[in-house]
Amino acid sequence: MGMQINDIANILKASVLTPELDMSKEVVHAFSSDLMSDVLTGDYYKTVLVTGLSNLQAIRTAEMSDIDHVIIARNKVVSQAMIDLARDRNIVLISSGYSLFRISGILYKSGIKPVF
Amino acid sequence: MVLKYHIGGGDFVNAGKASSAVKSVLKQLNVPQARIKRVVIALYETEVNVVAHAREGDIEAVIDSNKVTITVKDIGPGIPDLEEAMKEGFSTASREVREMGFGAGMGLPNIKRNSDDLHIESVQGQGTIVRITNDLKD
Repeated sequence: MGMQINDIANILKASVLTPELDMSKEVVHAFSSDLMSDVLTGDYYKTVLVTGLSNLQAIRTAEMSDIDHVIIARNKVVSQAMIDLARDRNIVLISSGYSLFRISGILYKSGIKPVF
Repeated sequence: MVLKYHIGGGDFVNAGKASSAVKSVLKQLNVPQARIKRVVIALYETEVNVVAHAREGDIEAVIDSNKVTITVKDIGPGIPDLEEAMKEGFSTASREVREMGFGAGMGLPNIKRNSDDLHIESVQGQGTIVRITNDLKD
């Protein structure tokens, strides 16, 4: 059983950067990586990408990989272009002050499954 | 249907725009999602390669009812040793490219994995032509 992205945002004390999008969508799996080529090798279903890489290619990679949610770790600066692209491609974008490791640990403990 | 796009070398802001456009067209054509994903991942990695390594490039995607053939031609340094470049982990990417989340030597192997048929021609000092052909029906 997964979690709603809205509940994930709450437990990560995260800011929702695309509030217009559906926050009730279910997340079952998570994949944490800063290497976009690695993300592009996977098959994803109801997955959130957790990354410290805050640039347009993180959103593009999610789009190509059919990933519906992206969490930016450590409150890295997120550009307006990233937010606009995420909104346009229907990808929920949230930002948390927690580290990649801490976010991954919290999600794992909450029952979110690894992809590999 | 023929779709054409231009890629600017070093233009990481627009890298992926063509792949995104092709994805939208394939969705409208009701191509199965898993088939779309293979096409766009192969194309996206190719776009990133052109942005990362070449001066400029052009994409032509020919879509018919059964298959898509994508040809990406670039003007650039070419690939000196294609066999070596196809090996996972081999990379000549710059620090800037690595900072964008690429350049780990996974691009070409990933393009191959997601192509039903892949043909690469490269001439040093002139450029590279990548041709990807994928079935669109299960």
